[in-house]
Amino acid sequence: MADHLTTQDIRKPENLVYKKTPVLTDNVLHYCPGCGHGTAHRIIAEIIEEMGIQDKTIGIAPVGCSVLAYNYFDIDMHQAAHGRAPALATAVKRLMPEKFVFTYQGDGDLAAIGTAETIHACNRGENITIVFVNNGIYGMTGGQMAPTTLEGMRSSTSPFGRDIELMGNPLKMTELVSHLAGTYFVTRQAVHTPAAVRRTKKALRKAFENQTLGKGLSFVEIVSNCNSGWKMTPLDANKWMEENMFPFYPLGDIKVDGQLVQK
Amino acid sequence: MKDLRLMKGNEAIAEASIRYGVDGYFGYPITPQSEVMEYLMAEKPWERTGMVVLQAESEVASINMVYGGAACGKAVMTTSSSPGISLMQEGISYIAGAELPCLLVNVVRGGPGLGTIQPSQADYFQSVKGGGHGDYKLITLAPSSVQEMYDFVALGFDLAFKYRNPALILSDGAIGQMMEKVWLDEQRPRKTEDEIRALRPWATLGKPDGKPRNIITSLELESAKQEQVNLRIQAKYRELEENEVRYELIQCDDAEYLFVAYGTSARICQKAIELGRQKGLKIGLLRPITLYPYPSKAIAELSGHMKGILSVEMSAGQMIEDIRLAVGCSIPVHHFGRLGGIIPTPSEVLHALETKLIGGK
Repeated sequence: MADHLTTQDIRKPENLVYKKTPVLTDNVLHYCPGCGHGTAHRIIAEIIEEMGIQDKTIGIAPVGCSVLAYNYFDIDMHQAAHGRAPALATAVKRLMPEKFVFTYQGDGDLAAIGTAETIHACNRGENITIVFVNNGIYGMTGGQMAPTTLEGMRSSTSPFGRDIELMGNPLKMTELVSHLAGTYFVTRQAVHTPAAVRRTKKALRKAFENQTLGKGLSFVEIVSNCNSGWKMTPLDANKWMEENMFPFYPLGDIKVDGQLVQK
Repeated sequence: MKDLRLMKGNEAIAEASIRYGVDGYFGYPITPQSEVMEYLMAEKPWERTGMVVLQAESEVASINMVYGGAACGKAVMTTSSSPGISLMQEGISYIAGAELPCLLVNVVRGGPGLGTIQPSQADYFQSVKGGGHGDYKLITLAPSSVQEMYDFVALGFDLAFKYRNPALILSDGAIGQMMEKVWLDEQRPRKTEDEIRALRPWATLGKPDGKPRNIITSLELESAKQEQVNLRIQAKYRELEENEVRYELIQCDDAEYLFVAYGTSARICQKAIELGRQKGLKIGLLRPITLYPYPSKAIAELSGHMKGILSVEMSAGQMIEDIRLAVGCSIPVHHFGRLGGIIPTPSEVLHALETKLIGGK
């Protein structure tokens, strides 16, 4: 009878519907409440658990908000210099092709200072997975303009909004790498709703599985929010992201199995 | 059985890396050291030993590839020349900060800026005083022959792994380009993953089930902890200074005047000694083999028997500061050097000793 159930009863293994993956540590996340990094971390950790590859996965953390990603994944990890994660990952994978290697990078890291390393790792077709979290701003340093900051978007170094004439255009790195012969799977996803999380997880799973095929690089962009940098509540940030980020950075697969997706 | 071959210094570095059992070489072309990667690509070491060789998109990428490979406990290296080594400084600082072993080779050319492609020794400060940001040192070896180019690959890696610190072979365009005979060692096997796990328990080879993960980072947000990291690294440097100083003494027993010179300059000084002794001048040479740790004690001891020291460098005078630190003001210490890629002649060097130390003869 339901009214006789104790906490102990409820905690029986057969009643378990969800638990934190053991591939995430118990460390408390330093990310701001409402930030998408926590969800992105969790689904990557779940995939590593589900694929049974915790003992052969090496992750590369960037410089930026996710610099401390190694505190949260219970796997061997490196902390790269700003923008250089794809260079580290290239060496790790080439020296140990049987391992699973991924980088986790923000838009300042990957699309500004690390542009050369990103493009050349993609173009060489390194059999690694790049996870690119794009929130259109430098979060960790306090909300400066990023290469992906939208036209008119305010930041601490574009306080009156990004002026294209003065500051140049926002960069669509994901479309750019999709045109390189070395990329095998290129997709853009989000983690702001349960449905989006499910789609992102599916994409990330494919991106990790592709590493065993030896057919090139898998590149997963996650368009995310930065409610602190954008100076919004988490809910407002997600709404703003849907209304402003998604039209410029449309979600969906861009390249699948080495072929550009016809739109 | 050892093989004897006639090789360029740069080729000797490449062949030594294969025979040492290096796991990965990552580089970018730059004169006067491009023969290293050219030799490796022609030799296909991936077929001989499984060694990875990759031409990177920049020196920035190649040093960060070295960082990635070193973190996995692999024997990895890069080679470059002065402007390229400048580009690598951030990555070298990270590698030193994360306490990882690797081998770097700088076949020095004249600077500053794009400078010249001719030989120089003007990267001494950058090599032995740190180079990048933060408190760190590179184990710095100075070959003065093609044989030493070959031998210092193994020595550099051995020291780098022993102290978990990058080692640098500080060569120059002359040693890199000239051909000499070289004795080659027998092929050593590359380390297996099990051997690396046993020898280098810090390596990120994948977290074994039930064991703690390995994290390679140079970041510590708490200052008190970062200070402890620095103190640990500094203790390692004191140990290096105690145990790993290497130098060679040439004709110092009866010498009244001393050359201190390394690399190409040391070769020229040997000839200058010969010319000087024909004139009755008692000259000796101390050739530092490790530029860091520096043979300060040996120089200080020798200075007690000398009337003066001439630091001979193909630079405006960089190593002379370390000589002066070693001997204080006890005897005159002067510098002679040529700049911009010019190699001094033995008679120029002897003339400098005569005018600067003996007095206008």
